[in-house]
Amino acid sequence: MSIGADIVAALPEIFLALTAILLLMLGAFTREFSARAATVLAVAAIGLAALLVYLGGSRGETAFNGLFVNDAFGDFMKLLILIGAGLSIAMALRVVEQSPMAHFEYPVLLLFATLGMLMMISANDLISLYMGLELQSLALYVVTAIRRDSLRSSEAGLKYFVLGSLASGMLLYGLSMVYGFTGTTSFATLAEIFVAQEGMPSIGLIVGLVFVAAGLAFKISAVPFHMWTPDVYEGAPTAVTAFLAAAPKVAAMALLVRVLMGPFAELAAQWQQIVVFIALASMILGSVAAVVQHNIKRLMAYSSIGHVGFALVGLAAGTEEGVRGVAVYMAIYLFMTIGTFAVILAMQVRGQAVEAIEDLAGLSKTHPMMALAMAIMMFSMAGIPPLAGFFAKFYVFMAAIEAGLYTLSVIGVLASVVAAFYYLRIIKVMYFDELKQSLDQPIPREITGVLWISTIIITLFVLIPGPIVEGAVTAAETFVVAAR
Amino acid sequence: MSTWPLLSLVTFLPLVGALFILTARGEEAVVAQGARYVALWTSLVTFVLSLFIWFGFERGTAEFQFVERLEWLPSLGIAYHMGVDGISMPFVLLSTLLTPLCILASWDSVQRRVKEYMIAFLVLETFMVGMFCALDFVAFYIFFEGVLIPMFLIIGVWGGARRVYAAFKFFLYTLAGSVLMLLAMLALYFIGGTTDIPTLIYEVEVPRSAQIWLWLAFFVAFAVKVPMWPVHTWLPDAHVEAPTAGSVILAGVLLKMGAYGFLRFSVPMLPEASAYFTPLIFTLSVVAIVYTSLVALVQSDMKKLIAYSSVAHMGYVTAGIFTANQQGVEGAIFQMLSHGIVSAALFLCVGVVYDRLHTREIDRYGGLARNMPRYAFVFMVFMLASVGLPGTSGFIGEFLVIVGSFQVSTWLGLLVASGLVLGASYMLLLYRRIIFGSITREDVRQMFDMNWKEKLVFAPLVVLAVFFGIYPMPVLDVMSASVENLIANYQLALGEQPAPNLLAQLLPR
Repeated sequence: MSIGADIVAALPEIFLALTAILLLMLGAFTREFSARAATVLAVAAIGLAALLVYLGGSRGETAFNGLFVNDAFGDFMKLLILIGAGLSIAMALRVVEQSPMAHFEYPVLLLFATLGMLMMISANDLISLYMGLELQSLALYVVTAIRRDSLRSSEAGLKYFVLGSLASGMLLYGLSMVYGFTGTTSFATLAEIFVAQEGMPSIGLIVGLVFVAAGLAFKISAVPFHMWTPDVYEGAPTAVTAFLAAAPKVAAMALLVRVLMGPFAELAAQWQQIVVFIALASMILGSVAAVVQHNIKRLMAYSSIGHVGFALVGLAAGTEEGVRGVAVYMAIYLFMTIGTFAVILAMQVRGQAVEAIEDLAGLSKTHPMMALAMAIMMFSMAGIPPLAGFFAKFYVFMAAIEAGLYTLSVIGVLASVVAAFYYLRIIKVMYFDELKQSLDQPIPREITGVLWISTIIITLFVLIPGPIVEGAVTAAETFVVAAR
Repeated sequence: MSTWPLLSLVTFLPLVGALFILTARGEEAVVAQGARYVALWTSLVTFVLSLFIWFGFERGTAEFQFVERLEWLPSLGIAYHMGVDGISMPFVLLSTLLTPLCILASWDSVQRRVKEYMIAFLVLETFMVGMFCALDFVAFYIFFEGVLIPMFLIIGVWGGARRVYAAFKFFLYTLAGSVLMLLAMLALYFIGGTTDIPTLIYEVEVPRSAQIWLWLAFFVAFAVKVPMWPVHTWLPDAHVEAPTAGSVILAGVLLKMGAYGFLRFSVPMLPEASAYFTPLIFTLSVVAIVYTSLVALVQSDMKKLIAYSSVAHMGYVTAGIFTANQQGVEGAIFQMLSHGIVSAALFLCVGVVYDRLHTREIDRYGGLARNMPRYAFVFMVFMLASVGLPGTSGFIGEFLVIVGSFQVSTWLGLLVASGLVLGASYMLLLYRRIIFGSITREDVRQMFDMNWKEKLVFAPLVVLAVFFGIYPMPVLDVMSASVENLIANYQLALGEQPAPNLLAQLLPR
């Protein structure tokens, strides 16, 4: 394949990389290049990249000697990531500007993280997978600790870095085992080898697979590799948490799906047990541990652990329907999370960010529309129809039932009832409790805008499920074609 | 009218009204008054539209009517499919009738956050009506569960002292039941290849081994909703803490959703499992009738007493449904409708005195017959209808259920009938303690009789309770074909001969 075709296949990634470098140069060499300008340009670049992905429309082609793949699944997930990254950077514009973290490096680092996510989704080789993942992770370690003056932020960054490196190490170890026992790093060749082995892999390969799964489970913060999540979510500046909760989760989940359903598809019998276990553990822990939280960011961390568990239910099915379920789930999860964090970002009293759930008390009186939007997000996260969150669960459990995973499904839905309790508690605080202190800062326009977008998507999904569902269907078909 | 999407109009018109109220801006008192009027008019127009369904409905056929169908999730073959038959249609009217009455009843008593209150009620109406009209499982589930959102807020925001506890209990109990139904529904989808309710009823035969599990999953969902003993404990809490209109809708319509679920899903789709579990249902129903009646007897809180009486009355309904004969099932449906009117009215009766004295303690009242004669009369009508006095709607339902039960077994008939005696004792006791005797307290003496708004609310309910007690044929006519069809299919699935229709001999047509 010519170099021109390679570049076309990876155009959005190359564009983002160039923009990020350009912004970095601008920041380093011009004195009056503000954080605001960098942020606006970064969001614009992400929007353009999303447009490139959308218009690209290439199907199932590999580039750069098979290191990079461009398919419908990747396109769908990349669009989600770009939307998630774009919205979460945009909505924090003014909040970041008024805080001590207003450096031009901040949006640039987020651009690099986004680039890493796109690359890992398109990875078609163990090496490019690792490269994408590390690019994302390193950028995120830094932004987590970007408030150098804040002890919590630095601590969160350090924790994230240490535990993240450990996970990367495990992943790398697993990858090397896989390479050692098969002699290749290419996904396509791996798949062929496993097909030839007819699902009877050597024990070394299985050990490698377990390490890979563990490393990736860390990145999606699935139990038992979730310990970093609550601390990092709580310690990181809210703007960073909002970013962390949305796009990287989707990216890591997409990567897990890509690896397990792609090269390791033949080993489904082996990895299915792992996925069933981490799904169960995540759903239960995410639901139960969140009940006792007081800090809303910490609560969202446990909530995200629970959501990852639900999404994994779809993957556990190991079918095309399962992948469709995961894709729908992650899409809806993305918008719910962004909507919720838009509200959390707006939680400011006398210029200080507040994070306790109790600080939302009486929000329905002072900010009725924002409270309504937050209530819609919470009901949706609890999976109550007719909101989108219900359909997210509907699709994954549909796949699980079809695959005969009845026990997993029953425990899953019961965990969702427990989870409903703490989502309801937030609604209770907003609607039933008396006002204590009002959020007195004017809500920036970009937060209102993002909140509107996500609320409308979550509410109207029931009427117009088409775009997300059809996209997910096409995305899921990728793996059927690949399996043949 | 037949070309109009009448069911969708009736379902979604309240939602339009709610959106309209949501966009209202301005001074609080003005917005509140505007919200009241918009809600009232929207619900009245909805009611008038639903009358077209009542009159346009073709009697004597079990077919689904006013059917609408739109592709919705084409990749799964799930459609937006609406339609009513003789079983669901009366409930649509019950919902559209009670909503404007609730809004009228809350006109003065709700002063806080009126805008949100009216929105919640209109959204609630959409979900209730939609649930009875839905002919697709997914749509049904969405409406069935969606009800939780407005009801949770109604109890939690406008409720009494322990409102938070009651709202959470209501929500989590019901949710826990219905998520299992969701799984059963998905399993049914893979067995039958569709979520279309008529197809599942008439064309899909579920293997027996699967039937048992599916039935149990449905049972949990519907039993909580009915509520059947022993999962009824959320109901007294929810009723006591909910505002008056919330209790009215809860007792009037929401309790019917569970029983409707049994009629629409458990019995026709899973006949073998239904037959297998019939003794369980009978046992729980009898326990509900006897035990909760006894519990009602010792209550000191008016709303709690009526709430427990609701559980007992719903015991008739579940027993009647599973007798699987014409009298039993028609009696159950009639009892549901009658209970929808009567218990709703009883909660409104409590609301009238609560608005004046702000207590539900029975002992705080007494002698109301002296200064509130009109109220005493209205209360008497509904008290007697609840007891099942001949000439009131309550009698027809309970009588038919008892006739149906006797056909199944004498003991069942006897035990079910014992509820009549117990019901009479606690309701008469309640009435005596509140209405009769002499006035001992000054604040009770100063209570004034019903105003014109309250009279307006009660008038249609009194008329209906008495009219259907004397002449139940309009309702029975609507449902009889559908019920016959339901029972015939049920017997056919069990391989039995259809039982002779005794009702035709009992009641002259």
